[in-house]
Amino acid sequence: MYHKTLSYRVFTVFNTIGLLLLSIACIIPLVHVLAVSFSAKSAADANLVNLWPVQFTLEAYKKTIDNPIFLHSLWVSVKRTVLGTSLTLLLAFMAAYPLAKENSEFKGRTIYSWIFVFAMVFNGGLVPFYMVIQKLHLMGSFWALVLPGAVNIYLTILMMNFFRGIPKELQEAAMIDGAGHFRTLFRIFLPVSMPAIATLGLFSIVFHWNSWFDGLLYTNSSNQYPLATFLQTVIIQRDLTSMSLDPASMALISQKTVNAAQIFIGAMPVLLVYPFLQKFFVKGLVLGSVKE
Amino acid sequence: MTHLKKYWPLHLMVLPSLLFLIAFSYLPMAGIVMAFQDFKPRLGIGGSKWVGLDNFRFLFEREDSMQVIWNTVVIAVLKLFFNLVAPFTFAIFLNEVRKDLFKRYVQTMVYLPHFLSWVILGGILLNVLSTDGGFINRILESIGIGPIFFLGDGNWFRVTVIVSDVWKEFGYGAIVFLAALANINPALYEAAEVDGASRLKQTLHITIPSIMPITIVVGTLALGNVLNAGFDQIFNLYNGLVYDKGDILDTFVYRIGILGGNMGFATAIGLFKSVISMVLIFVSYRIAYKWANYRIF
Repeated sequence: MYHKTLSYRVFTVFNTIGLLLLSIACIIPLVHVLAVSFSAKSAADANLVNLWPVQFTLEAYKKTIDNPIFLHSLWVSVKRTVLGTSLTLLLAFMAAYPLAKENSEFKGRTIYSWIFVFAMVFNGGLVPFYMVIQKLHLMGSFWALVLPGAVNIYLTILMMNFFRGIPKELQEAAMIDGAGHFRTLFRIFLPVSMPAIATLGLFSIVFHWNSWFDGLLYTNSSNQYPLATFLQTVIIQRDLTSMSLDPASMALISQKTVNAAQIFIGAMPVLLVYPFLQKFFVKGLVLGSVKE
Repeated sequence: MTHLKKYWPLHLMVLPSLLFLIAFSYLPMAGIVMAFQDFKPRLGIGGSKWVGLDNFRFLFEREDSMQVIWNTVVIAVLKLFFNLVAPFTFAIFLNEVRKDLFKRYVQTMVYLPHFLSWVILGGILLNVLSTDGGFINRILESIGIGPIFFLGDGNWFRVTVIVSDVWKEFGYGAIVFLAALANINPALYEAAEVDGASRLKQTLHITIPSIMPITIVVGTLALGNVLNAGFDQIFNLYNGLVYDKGDILDTFVYRIGILGGNMGFATAIGLFKSVISMVLIFVSYRIAYKWANYRIF
Protein backbone atom coordinates (compact mmCIF):
# COMPACT_ATOMS: atom_id res chain seq x y z
CA MET A 1 0.00 0.00 0.00
CA TYR A 2 1.59 3.22 -1.17
CA HIS A 3 -0.41 5.24 1.36
CA LYS A 4 1.75 3.81 4.11
CA THR A 5 5.18 4.49 2.67
CA LEU A 6 7.24 7.24 4.25
CA SER A 7 7.89 9.07 1.00
CA TYR A 8 4.18 9.23 0.19
CA ARG A 9 3.42 10.60 3.65
CA VAL A 10 6.05 13.30 3.21
CA PHE A 11 4.54 14.08 -0.18
CA THR A 12 1.06 14.33 1.35
CA VAL A 13 2.26 16.88 3.89
CA PHE A 14 3.87 19.08 1.22
CA ASN A 15 0.97 18.62 -1.14
CA THR A 16 -1.50 19.70 1.53
CA ILE A 17 0.54 22.76 2.44
CA GLY A 18 0.99 23.67 -1.23
CA LEU A 19 -2.72 23.39 -2.01
CA LEU A 20 -3.58 25.34 1.12
CA LEU A 21 -1.31 28.20 0.05
CA LEU A 22 -2.74 28.09 -3.46
CA SER A 23 -6.30 28.27 -2.19
CA ILE A 24 -5.38 31.23 0.02
CA ALA A 25 -3.71 32.96 -2.93
CA CYS A 26 -7.02 32.80 -4.78
CA ILE A 27 -8.98 34.81 -2.25
CA ILE A 28 -6.37 36.91 -0.48
CA PRO A 29 -6.76 39.96 -2.77
CA LEU A 30 -10.49 39.96 -2.09
CA VAL A 31 -9.87 39.74 1.66
CA HIS A 32 -7.46 42.66 1.44
CA VAL A 33 -10.02 44.81 -0.37
CA LEU A 34 -12.66 43.86 2.19
CA ALA A 35 -10.29 44.91 4.99
CA VAL A 36 -9.58 48.26 3.29
CA SER A 37 -13.28 48.93 2.81
CA PHE A 38 -13.88 48.69 6.57
CA SER A 39 -10.85 50.74 7.55
CA ALA A 40 -10.49 54.39 8.44
CA LYS A 41 -9.32 56.85 5.78
CA SER A 42 -6.05 57.64 7.53
CA ALA A 43 -5.06 54.00 7.88
CA ALA A 44 -5.94 53.18 4.27
CA ASP A 45 -4.12 56.20 2.89
CA ALA A 46 -1.02 55.38 4.93
CA ASN A 47 -1.13 51.81 3.58
CA LEU A 48 -1.43 50.30 7.03
CA VAL A 49 -4.21 47.86 6.15
CA ASN A 50 -3.32 44.29 5.32
CA LEU A 51 -5.87 41.57 5.91
CA TRP A 52 -7.77 43.00 8.84
CA PRO A 53 -9.57 46.38 9.08
CA VAL A 54 -7.69 49.11 10.93
CA GLN A 55 -9.92 51.38 13.05
CA PHE A 56 -13.10 49.67 11.90
CA THR A 57 -15.68 51.99 10.34
CA LEU A 58 -18.65 51.77 7.98
CA GLU A 59 -18.01 55.26 6.62
CA ALA A 60 -17.07 54.06 3.12
CA TYR A 61 -20.26 52.03 2.79
CA LYS A 62 -22.38 54.91 4.04
CA LYS A 63 -20.80 57.22 1.49
CA THR A 64 -21.34 54.68 -1.28
CA ILE A 65 -24.99 54.14 -0.44
CA ASP A 66 -25.55 57.89 -0.23
CA ASN A 67 -24.47 58.34 -3.85
CA PRO A 68 -27.66 58.43 -5.96
CA ILE A 69 -25.78 57.51 -9.15
CA PHE A 70 -24.41 54.40 -7.48
CA LEU A 71 -27.87 53.38 -6.29
CA HIS A 72 -29.35 53.96 -9.70
CA SER A 73 -26.67 51.87 -11.39
CA LEU A 74 -27.40 49.12 -8.89
CA TRP A 75 -31.04 49.26 -9.94
CA VAL A 76 -30.14 49.15 -13.65
CA SER A 77 -28.00 46.08 -12.99
CA VAL A 78 -30.78 44.30 -11.11
CA LYS A 79 -33.25 45.11 -13.88
CA ARG A 80 -31.01 43.94 -16.70
CA THR A 81 -30.03 40.79 -14.83
CA VAL A 82 -33.63 39.77 -14.11
CA LEU A 83 -34.99 40.64 -17.56
CA GLY A 84 -31.95 39.40 -19.44
CA THR A 85 -31.79 36.10 -17.63
CA SER A 86 -35.52 35.43 -18.03
CA LEU A 87 -35.36 36.16 -21.74
CA THR A 88 -32.22 34.09 -22.27
CA LEU A 89 -33.71 31.12 -20.43
CA LEU A 90 -36.99 31.26 -22.32
CA LEU A 91 -35.26 31.49 -25.70
CA ALA A 92 -32.76 28.74 -24.91
CA PHE A 93 -35.46 26.48 -23.50
CA MET A 94 -37.65 26.78 -26.59
CA ALA A 95 -34.87 26.61 -29.19
CA ALA A 96 -33.21 23.65 -27.53
CA TYR A 97 -36.25 21.43 -28.07
CA PRO A 98 -36.20 21.30 -31.88
CA LEU A 99 -32.40 21.38 -31.88
CA ALA A 100 -32.35 18.29 -29.67
CA LYS A 101 -34.21 16.29 -32.32
CA GLU A 102 -32.23 14.08 -34.65
CA ASN A 103 -31.58 15.43 -38.13
CA SER A 104 -33.75 12.63 -39.52
CA GLU A 105 -36.62 13.37 -37.12
CA PHE A 106 -36.79 17.06 -37.95
CA LYS A 107 -35.65 18.11 -41.40
CA GLY A 108 -35.11 21.76 -40.51
CA ARG A 109 -32.70 20.91 -37.74
CA THR A 110 -29.59 20.77 -39.93
CA ILE A 111 -29.95 24.31 -41.23
CA TYR A 112 -30.92 25.72 -37.84
CA SER A 113 -27.94 24.13 -36.12
CA TRP A 114 -25.64 25.62 -38.77
CA ILE A 115 -27.16 29.04 -38.21
CA PHE A 116 -26.45 28.74 -34.48
CA VAL A 117 -22.94 27.32 -34.88
CA PHE A 118 -21.90 29.86 -37.47
CA ALA A 119 -23.05 32.73 -35.27
CA MET A 120 -20.94 31.24 -32.49
CA VAL A 121 -17.70 30.92 -34.45
CA PHE A 122 -17.93 34.05 -36.59
CA ASN A 123 -18.88 37.63 -35.87
CA GLY A 124 -18.85 40.90 -37.69
CA GLY A 125 -16.63 42.57 -35.15
CA LEU A 126 -17.12 45.50 -32.84
CA VAL A 127 -17.70 48.33 -35.29
CA PRO A 128 -20.47 46.75 -37.42
CA PHE A 129 -22.14 45.60 -34.21
CA TYR A 130 -22.01 49.12 -32.89
CA MET A 131 -23.53 50.40 -36.13
CA VAL A 132 -26.39 47.90 -35.92
CA ILE A 133 -27.23 49.01 -32.38
CA GLN A 134 -27.30 52.56 -33.70
CA LYS A 135 -29.46 51.70 -36.72
CA LEU A 136 -31.95 49.81 -34.54
CA HIS A 137 -32.27 52.94 -32.38
CA LEU A 138 -31.13 51.09 -29.30
CA MET A 139 -28.39 53.60 -28.52
CA GLY A 140 -29.00 55.08 -25.11
CA SER A 141 -31.83 52.70 -24.43
CA PHE A 142 -31.99 50.29 -21.53
CA TRP A 143 -32.88 47.50 -23.98
CA ALA A 144 -29.42 47.70 -25.53
CA LEU A 145 -28.28 45.91 -22.38
CA VAL A 146 -30.83 43.10 -22.70
CA LEU A 147 -31.67 42.35 -26.32
CA PRO A 148 -28.27 41.94 -28.06
CA GLY A 149 -27.18 39.18 -25.68
CA ALA A 150 -30.58 37.55 -25.36
CA VAL A 151 -29.63 34.45 -27.32
CA ASN A 152 -26.81 32.74 -25.52
CA ILE A 153 -25.70 30.04 -27.95
CA TYR A 154 -23.48 28.30 -25.45
CA LEU A 155 -26.32 27.95 -22.94
CA THR A 156 -28.68 26.85 -25.72
CA ILE A 157 -26.28 24.01 -26.56
CA LEU A 158 -26.07 23.00 -22.90
CA MET A 159 -29.87 22.93 -22.76
CA MET A 160 -29.99 20.91 -25.97
CA ASN A 161 -27.57 18.34 -24.59
CA PHE A 162 -29.69 18.09 -21.46
CA PHE A 163 -32.83 17.47 -23.52
CA ARG A 164 -31.04 14.71 -25.39
CA GLY A 165 -30.53 12.95 -22.08
CA ILE A 166 -34.26 12.86 -21.37
CA PRO A 167 -35.58 9.33 -22.06
CA LYS A 168 -37.31 9.13 -25.44
CA GLU A 169 -40.11 7.04 -23.88
CA LEU A 170 -41.24 10.03 -21.82
CA GLN A 171 -41.75 12.07 -24.95
CA GLU A 172 -43.31 9.24 -26.93
CA ALA A 173 -45.79 8.55 -24.16
CA ALA A 174 -46.85 12.20 -24.19
CA MET A 175 -47.23 12.13 -27.97
CA ILE A 176 -49.32 8.98 -27.86
CA ASP A 177 -51.58 10.67 -25.32
CA GLY A 178 -52.15 13.34 -27.95
CA ALA A 179 -49.91 16.09 -26.63
CA GLY A 180 -48.39 18.40 -29.23
CA HIS A 181 -44.81 19.62 -29.19
CA PHE A 182 -45.60 22.73 -27.16
CA ARG A 183 -47.53 20.77 -24.58
CA THR A 184 -44.73 18.20 -24.38
CA LEU A 185 -42.16 20.95 -23.93
CA PHE A 186 -43.97 22.87 -21.21
CA ARG A 187 -45.75 20.03 -19.40
CA ILE A 188 -43.27 17.16 -19.67
CA PHE A 189 -39.84 18.69 -20.30
CA LEU A 190 -40.16 21.76 -18.10
CA PRO A 191 -40.60 19.92 -14.78
CA VAL A 192 -37.75 17.49 -15.40
CA SER A 193 -35.47 20.27 -16.66
CA MET A 194 -35.62 22.37 -13.51
CA PRO A 195 -32.08 21.51 -12.34
CA ALA A 196 -30.67 22.33 -15.79
CA ILE A 197 -32.64 25.57 -15.95
CA ALA A 198 -31.37 26.53 -12.50
CA THR A 199 -27.79 25.92 -13.63
CA LEU A 200 -28.17 27.93 -16.82
CA GLY A 201 -29.98 30.65 -14.90
CA LEU A 202 -27.11 31.05 -12.46
CA PHE A 203 -24.61 31.23 -15.31
CA SER A 204 -26.74 33.83 -17.02
CA ILE A 205 -27.12 35.87 -13.82
CA VAL A 206 -23.36 36.01 -13.36
CA PHE A 207 -22.90 36.88 -17.04
CA HIS A 208 -25.37 39.77 -16.91
CA TRP A 209 -24.20 41.08 -13.58
CA ASN A 210 -20.58 41.15 -14.77
CA SER A 211 -21.24 42.72 -18.18
CA TRP A 212 -19.80 46.21 -18.35
CA PHE A 213 -18.64 46.91 -21.89
CA ASP A 214 -22.13 47.18 -23.39
CA GLY A 215 -23.02 49.78 -20.77
CA LEU A 216 -19.96 51.79 -21.76
CA LEU A 217 -20.74 51.51 -25.49
CA TYR A 218 -24.48 51.87 -25.74
CA THR A 219 -25.48 54.29 -23.02
CA ASN A 220 -24.99 57.99 -23.34
CA SER A 221 -24.54 59.11 -19.78
CA SER A 222 -23.41 57.85 -16.45
CA ASN A 223 -26.92 57.81 -15.02
CA GLN A 224 -27.81 54.98 -17.41
CA TYR A 225 -24.83 52.81 -16.45
CA PRO A 226 -25.31 49.39 -14.90
CA LEU A 227 -23.20 48.85 -11.79
CA ALA A 228 -20.36 47.05 -13.57
CA THR A 229 -19.95 49.97 -15.97
CA PHE A 230 -20.20 52.48 -13.16
CA LEU A 231 -17.41 50.65 -11.33
CA GLN A 232 -15.37 50.48 -14.51
CA THR A 233 -15.49 54.23 -15.02
CA VAL A 234 -14.99 55.20 -11.39
CA ILE A 235 -12.38 52.68 -10.34
CA ILE A 236 -10.53 51.80 -13.53
CA GLN A 237 -10.84 55.04 -15.50
CA ARG A 238 -10.78 57.15 -12.34
CA ASP A 239 -13.59 59.29 -13.65
CA LEU A 240 -14.82 60.92 -10.49
CA THR A 241 -17.59 63.05 -11.97
CA SER A 242 -20.21 60.43 -11.12
CA MET A 243 -19.04 60.17 -7.54
CA SER A 244 -21.06 63.27 -6.55
CA LEU A 245 -18.41 64.37 -4.12
CA ASP A 246 -17.98 67.90 -2.94
CA PRO A 247 -14.53 68.97 -1.70
CA ALA A 248 -15.65 68.93 1.92
CA SER A 249 -16.76 65.31 1.89
CA MET A 250 -13.71 64.45 -0.21
CA ALA A 251 -11.54 65.38 2.73
CA LEU A 252 -13.50 63.22 5.12
CA ILE A 253 -13.44 59.98 3.25
CA SER A 254 -10.71 58.25 1.36
CA GLN A 255 -11.13 57.36 -2.29
CA LYS A 256 -9.31 54.13 -1.45
CA THR A 257 -11.82 52.94 1.10
CA VAL A 258 -14.82 53.98 -1.00
CA ASN A 259 -13.40 52.19 -4.03
CA ALA A 260 -12.86 49.10 -1.93
CA ALA A 261 -16.42 49.25 -0.65
CA GLN A 262 -17.76 49.63 -4.18
CA ILE A 263 -15.68 46.73 -5.45
CA PHE A 264 -16.99 44.58 -2.67
CA ILE A 265 -20.63 45.53 -3.25
CA GLY A 266 -20.12 44.83 -6.95
CA ALA A 267 -18.75 41.37 -6.21
CA MET A 268 -21.35 40.53 -3.57
CA PRO A 269 -24.16 39.10 -5.74
CA VAL A 270 -21.69 36.79 -7.43
CA LEU A 271 -20.35 35.71 -4.04
CA LEU A 272 -23.92 35.10 -2.91
CA VAL A 273 -24.96 32.88 -5.82
CA TYR A 274 -21.57 31.21 -5.93
CA PRO A 275 -22.28 28.39 -3.43
CA PHE A 276 -25.38 27.38 -5.41
CA LEU A 277 -23.56 27.83 -8.66
CA GLN A 278 -20.72 25.60 -7.52
CA LYS A 279 -23.10 22.81 -6.68
CA PHE A 280 -24.47 22.84 -10.21
CA PHE A 281 -21.75 24.00 -12.55
CA VAL A 282 -19.54 20.95 -12.43
CA LYS A 283 -22.50 18.97 -13.72
CA GLY A 284 -23.36 21.67 -16.27
CA LEU A 285 -19.87 21.88 -17.60
CA VAL A 286 -19.49 18.15 -17.98
CA LEU A 287 -22.95 18.06 -19.53
CA GLY A 288 -21.77 20.29 -22.34
CA SER A 289 -18.23 19.24 -22.95
CA VAL A 290 -17.80 15.51 -22.66
CA LYS A 291 -20.17 13.33 -24.55
CA GLU A 292 -20.01 9.68 -25.44
CA MET B 1 -46.91 21.68 -47.14
CA THR B 2 -47.35 18.45 -45.23
CA HIS B 3 -43.94 19.16 -43.75
CA LEU B 4 -45.12 22.49 -42.36
CA LYS B 5 -48.35 20.98 -41.11
CA LYS B 6 -46.48 18.45 -39.05
CA TYR B 7 -43.48 20.49 -37.98
CA TRP B 8 -44.72 24.07 -37.54
CA PRO B 9 -44.48 23.96 -33.75
CA LEU B 10 -40.79 23.02 -33.99
CA HIS B 11 -40.10 25.89 -36.39
CA LEU B 12 -42.05 28.25 -34.16
CA MET B 13 -39.91 27.29 -31.18
CA VAL B 14 -36.66 28.29 -32.91
CA LEU B 15 -38.17 31.40 -34.47
CA PRO B 16 -37.65 33.85 -31.57
CA SER B 17 -33.99 32.88 -31.17
CA LEU B 18 -33.61 33.03 -34.93
CA LEU B 19 -34.90 36.60 -35.09
CA PHE B 20 -32.48 37.67 -32.38
CA LEU B 21 -29.60 35.97 -34.17
CA ILE B 22 -30.50 37.68 -37.43
CA ALA B 23 -30.67 41.09 -35.76
CA PHE B 24 -27.60 40.85 -33.57
CA SER B 25 -25.35 38.30 -35.28
CA TYR B 26 -26.12 38.22 -38.98
CA LEU B 27 -26.99 41.87 -39.55
CA PRO B 28 -23.58 42.94 -38.15
CA MET B 29 -21.96 40.42 -40.48
CA ALA B 30 -23.43 42.33 -43.41
CA GLY B 31 -21.70 45.40 -41.98
CA ILE B 32 -18.28 43.94 -42.76
CA VAL B 33 -18.54 45.54 -46.20
CA MET B 34 -17.31 48.63 -44.33
CA ALA B 35 -13.93 46.92 -44.23
CA PHE B 36 -13.68 47.61 -47.96
CA GLN B 37 -14.72 51.24 -47.69
CA ASP B 38 -13.40 54.53 -46.48
CA PHE B 39 -16.44 54.55 -44.27
CA LYS B 40 -17.96 57.85 -43.19
CA PRO B 41 -20.96 57.59 -40.83
CA ARG B 42 -22.36 60.74 -42.44
CA LEU B 43 -22.46 59.10 -45.88
CA GLY B 44 -23.45 55.60 -44.73
CA ILE B 45 -22.59 52.33 -46.42
CA GLY B 46 -24.29 53.41 -49.64
CA GLY B 47 -22.44 56.71 -49.95
CA SER B 48 -18.99 55.90 -48.65
CA LYS B 49 -16.14 55.41 -51.08
CA TRP B 50 -15.03 51.87 -51.96
CA VAL B 51 -11.32 51.41 -51.44
CA GLY B 52 -10.85 47.72 -52.17
CA LEU B 53 -8.26 46.12 -49.95
CA ASP B 54 -6.62 49.36 -48.85
CA ASN B 55 -7.64 48.94 -45.23
CA PHE B 56 -6.02 45.52 -45.14
CA ARG B 57 -2.88 46.92 -46.74
CA PHE B 58 -2.70 49.56 -43.99
CA LEU B 59 -3.04 46.80 -41.44
CA PHE B 60 0.15 45.15 -42.65
CA GLU B 61 2.00 48.35 -43.47
CA ARG B 62 1.41 50.36 -40.33
CA GLU B 63 4.00 49.73 -37.67
CA ASP B 64 1.53 50.11 -34.82
CA SER B 65 -0.93 47.54 -36.15
CA MET B 66 1.82 44.98 -36.79
CA GLN B 67 3.03 45.51 -33.24
CA VAL B 68 -0.53 45.01 -32.00
CA ILE B 69 -0.87 41.72 -33.91
CA TRP B 70 2.41 40.54 -32.46
CA ASN B 71 1.37 41.55 -28.90
CA THR B 72 -1.91 39.71 -29.34
CA VAL B 73 -0.29 36.48 -30.48
CA VAL B 74 2.42 36.57 -27.80
CA ILE B 75 -0.01 37.19 -24.96
CA ALA B 76 -2.65 34.77 -26.26
CA VAL B 77 -0.26 31.89 -26.95
CA LEU B 78 1.42 32.19 -23.56
CA LYS B 79 -2.00 32.24 -21.94
CA LEU B 80 -3.12 29.16 -23.90
CA PHE B 81 0.00 27.28 -22.85
CA PHE B 82 -0.12 28.12 -19.16
CA ASN B 83 -3.90 27.76 -18.98
CA LEU B 84 -3.43 24.18 -20.12
CA VAL B 85 -0.40 23.26 -18.03
CA ALA B 86 -1.51 24.89 -14.77
CA PRO B 87 -4.98 23.24 -14.50
CA PHE B 88 -3.52 19.90 -15.61
CA THR B 89 -0.85 19.98 -12.91
CA PHE B 90 -3.20 21.31 -10.28
CA ALA B 91 -5.76 18.58 -11.01
CA ILE B 92 -3.15 15.84 -10.62
CA PHE B 93 -1.98 17.20 -7.27
CA LEU B 94 -5.53 17.73 -6.03
CA ASN B 95 -6.38 14.19 -7.08
CA GLU B 96 -3.88 12.89 -4.51
CA VAL B 97 -5.87 14.43 -1.66
CA ARG B 98 -7.83 11.74 0.15
CA LYS B 99 -9.71 13.97 2.60
CA ASP B 100 -12.94 14.92 0.85
CA LEU B 101 -13.63 17.94 3.03
CA PHE B 102 -10.22 19.48 2.32
CA LYS B 103 -10.60 18.72 -1.38
CA ARG B 104 -13.96 20.50 -1.50
CA TYR B 105 -12.55 23.45 0.42
CA VAL B 106 -9.68 23.87 -2.05
CA GLN B 107 -12.07 23.59 -4.98
CA THR B 108 -14.40 26.23 -3.55
CA MET B 109 -11.53 28.67 -3.14
CA VAL B 110 -9.85 28.21 -6.51
CA TYR B 111 -13.01 28.25 -8.65
CA LEU B 112 -14.11 31.60 -7.22
CA PRO B 113 -11.96 34.08 -9.21
CA HIS B 114 -13.37 32.71 -12.47
CA PHE B 115 -16.78 34.13 -11.63
CA LEU B 116 -15.62 37.63 -10.76
CA SER B 117 -15.45 40.08 -13.65
CA TRP B 118 -12.28 41.78 -14.82
CA VAL B 119 -13.74 45.08 -13.66
CA ILE B 120 -13.76 43.81 -10.09
CA LEU B 121 -10.46 41.99 -10.41
CA GLY B 122 -8.95 44.91 -12.33
CA GLY B 123 -9.95 47.23 -9.51
CA ILE B 124 -8.40 44.85 -6.99
CA LEU B 125 -5.20 44.45 -9.03
CA LEU B 126 -4.79 48.21 -9.55
CA ASN B 127 -5.03 48.48 -5.78
CA VAL B 128 -2.75 45.64 -4.68
CA LEU B 129 -0.14 46.10 -7.46
CA SER B 130 0.17 49.85 -7.02
CA THR B 131 3.74 51.14 -6.64
CA ASP B 132 2.44 53.67 -4.16
CA GLY B 133 2.22 51.29 -1.23
CA GLY B 134 0.22 48.50 -2.87
CA PHE B 135 -0.13 45.28 -0.90
CA ILE B 136 2.16 43.20 -3.17
CA ASN B 137 4.87 45.83 -3.48
CA ARG B 138 4.88 46.28 0.28
CA ILE B 139 5.52 42.55 0.70
CA LEU B 140 8.25 42.66 -1.95
CA GLU B 141 9.88 45.66 -0.32
CA SER B 142 9.91 43.96 3.05
CA ILE B 143 12.12 41.26 1.53
CA GLY B 144 14.25 43.82 -0.27
CA ILE B 145 12.82 43.76 -3.80
CA GLY B 146 11.18 46.43 -5.86
CA PRO B 147 9.02 48.37 -6.10
CA ILE B 148 8.05 46.72 -9.39
CA PHE B 149 6.01 48.64 -11.94
CA PHE B 150 3.69 45.73 -12.69
CA LEU B 151 1.29 47.81 -14.75
CA GLY B 152 3.58 50.61 -15.87
CA ASP B 153 6.39 48.66 -17.54
CA GLY B 154 5.67 46.85 -20.82
CA ASN B 155 7.43 43.59 -20.01
CA TRP B 156 6.09 43.42 -16.47
CA PHE B 157 2.66 44.22 -17.86
CA ARG B 158 2.72 41.10 -20.02
CA VAL B 159 3.87 39.01 -17.08
CA THR B 160 1.12 40.49 -14.91
CA VAL B 161 -1.54 39.85 -17.54
CA ILE B 162 -0.54 36.21 -18.02
CA VAL B 163 -0.03 35.41 -14.35
CA SER B 164 -3.28 37.07 -13.29
CA ASP B 165 -5.21 35.28 -16.05
CA VAL B 166 -3.80 31.90 -15.01
CA TRP B 167 -4.56 32.79 -11.40
CA LYS B 168 -8.18 33.55 -12.35
CA GLU B 169 -8.78 30.52 -14.57
CA PHE B 170 -6.62 27.58 -13.44
CA GLY B 171 -9.13 26.31 -10.89
CA TYR B 172 -12.09 26.42 -13.24
CA GLY B 173 -10.01 24.95 -16.04
CA ALA B 174 -9.16 21.99 -13.81
CA ILE B 175 -12.80 20.86 -13.57
CA VAL B 176 -12.71 18.95 -16.83
CA PHE B 177 -9.46 17.21 -15.80
CA LEU B 178 -10.84 16.34 -12.37
CA ALA B 179 -13.88 14.80 -14.05
CA ALA B 180 -11.59 12.71 -16.25
CA LEU B 181 -9.49 11.67 -13.25
CA ALA B 182 -12.61 10.54 -11.40
CA ASN B 183 -13.48 8.29 -14.35
CA ILE B 184 -10.25 6.28 -14.32
CA ASN B 185 -10.95 2.63 -13.66
CA PRO B 186 -9.76 1.85 -10.08
CA ALA B 187 -8.86 -1.70 -11.19
CA LEU B 188 -5.86 -0.22 -13.02
CA TYR B 189 -4.45 1.12 -9.76
CA GLU B 190 -5.22 -2.10 -7.90
CA ALA B 191 -3.34 -4.13 -10.49
CA ALA B 192 -0.38 -1.73 -10.34
CA GLU B 193 -0.45 -2.01 -6.56
CA VAL B 194 -0.22 -5.80 -6.74
CA ASP B 195 2.76 -5.45 -9.05
CA GLY B 196 4.40 -3.21 -6.47
CA ALA B 197 4.35 0.06 -8.44
CA SER B 198 5.00 3.18 -6.37
CA ARG B 199 2.49 6.03 -6.43
CA LEU B 200 4.83 8.06 -8.62
CA LYS B 201 5.01 5.19 -11.11
CA GLN B 202 1.21 4.88 -11.00
CA THR B 203 0.84 8.58 -11.71
CA LEU B 204 3.26 8.47 -14.63
CA HIS B 205 1.94 5.29 -16.19
CA ILE B 206 -1.77 5.30 -15.33
CA THR B 207 -3.01 8.74 -14.29
CA ILE B 208 -1.28 10.90 -16.90
CA PRO B 209 -1.90 8.61 -19.89
CA SER B 210 -5.54 8.29 -18.86
CA ILE B 211 -6.21 12.03 -19.03
CA MET B 212 -4.09 12.62 -22.11
CA PRO B 213 -7.02 12.35 -24.57
CA ILE B 214 -9.07 15.04 -22.82
CA THR B 215 -5.94 17.18 -22.51
CA ILE B 216 -5.44 16.98 -26.27
CA VAL B 217 -9.07 17.93 -26.83
CA VAL B 218 -8.90 20.91 -24.46
CA GLY B 219 -5.58 22.04 -25.93
CA THR B 220 -6.81 21.71 -29.51
CA LEU B 221 -10.07 23.53 -28.93
CA ALA B 222 -8.14 26.38 -27.32
CA LEU B 223 -6.36 27.01 -30.64
CA GLY B 224 -9.33 29.08 -31.79
CA ASN B 225 -8.21 31.70 -29.26
CA VAL B 226 -4.80 32.47 -30.75
CA LEU B 227 -6.00 36.00 -31.55
CA ASN B 228 -8.05 36.32 -28.37
CA ALA B 229 -5.72 37.86 -25.83
CA GLY B 230 -8.59 38.84 -23.51
CA PHE B 231 -10.19 42.22 -24.14
CA ASP B 232 -11.86 42.54 -20.73
CA GLN B 233 -8.65 41.95 -18.87
CA ILE B 234 -6.32 44.12 -20.96
CA PHE B 235 -8.81 46.97 -21.22
CA ASN B 236 -9.18 47.14 -17.46
CA LEU B 237 -5.48 46.93 -16.71
CA TYR B 238 -3.64 48.81 -19.44
CA ASN B 239 -2.69 52.46 -19.80
CA GLY B 240 -0.75 54.65 -22.23
CA LEU B 241 2.59 53.57 -20.78
CA VAL B 242 2.26 49.97 -21.93
CA TYR B 243 0.57 50.31 -25.34
CA ASP B 244 3.78 49.20 -27.06
CA LYS B 245 3.81 45.80 -25.34
CA GLY B 246 0.26 45.41 -24.09
CA ASP B 247 -2.08 46.76 -26.75
CA ILE B 248 -4.01 43.95 -28.48
CA LEU B 249 -6.28 43.73 -31.55
CA ASP B 250 -9.54 44.16 -29.62
CA THR B 251 -8.42 47.18 -27.62
CA PHE B 252 -6.86 48.66 -30.76
CA VAL B 253 -10.14 48.25 -32.67
CA TYR B 254 -12.02 50.00 -29.88
CA ARG B 255 -9.66 52.95 -29.77
CA ILE B 256 -9.27 53.31 -33.55
CA GLY B 257 -12.88 52.60 -34.52
CA ILE B 258 -15.19 53.72 -31.73
CA LEU B 259 -13.10 56.44 -30.10
CA GLY B 260 -11.08 57.49 -33.18
CA GLY B 261 -13.87 57.21 -35.74
CA ASN B 262 -11.71 55.36 -38.27
CA MET B 263 -14.46 52.80 -38.79
CA GLY B 264 -13.44 51.23 -42.10
CA PHE B 265 -9.97 50.41 -40.84
CA ALA B 266 -11.28 49.11 -37.51
CA THR B 267 -13.80 46.89 -39.30
CA ALA B 268 -11.02 45.48 -41.44
CA ILE B 269 -8.97 44.60 -38.36
CA GLY B 270 -12.02 42.97 -36.79
CA LEU B 271 -12.68 40.99 -39.96
CA PHE B 272 -9.06 39.87 -40.12
CA LYS B 273 -9.37 38.58 -36.57
CA SER B 274 -12.78 36.93 -37.09
CA VAL B 275 -11.75 35.08 -40.25
CA ILE B 276 -8.52 33.70 -38.81
CA SER B 277 -10.27 32.69 -35.60
CA MET B 278 -13.03 30.94 -37.50
CA VAL B 279 -10.58 28.97 -39.62
CA LEU B 280 -8.66 27.95 -36.51
CA ILE B 281 -11.86 26.87 -34.76
CA PHE B 282 -12.96 24.70 -37.69
CA VAL B 283 -9.53 23.11 -37.99
CA SER B 284 -9.28 22.46 -34.26
CA TYR B 285 -12.75 20.91 -34.05
CA ARG B 286 -11.93 18.76 -37.05
CA ILE B 287 -8.78 17.54 -35.30
CA ALA B 288 -10.56 16.98 -31.99
CA TYR B 289 -13.25 15.01 -33.78
CA LYS B 290 -10.75 12.85 -35.66
CA TRP B 291 -8.48 12.14 -32.71
CA ALA B 292 -10.83 11.95 -29.80
CA ASN B 293 -14.23 11.62 -31.39
CA TYR B 294 -15.26 14.87 -29.72
CA ARG B 295 -18.44 16.49 -30.94
CA ILE B 296 -20.21 19.50 -29.52
CA PHE B 297 -23.32 19.96 -31.60
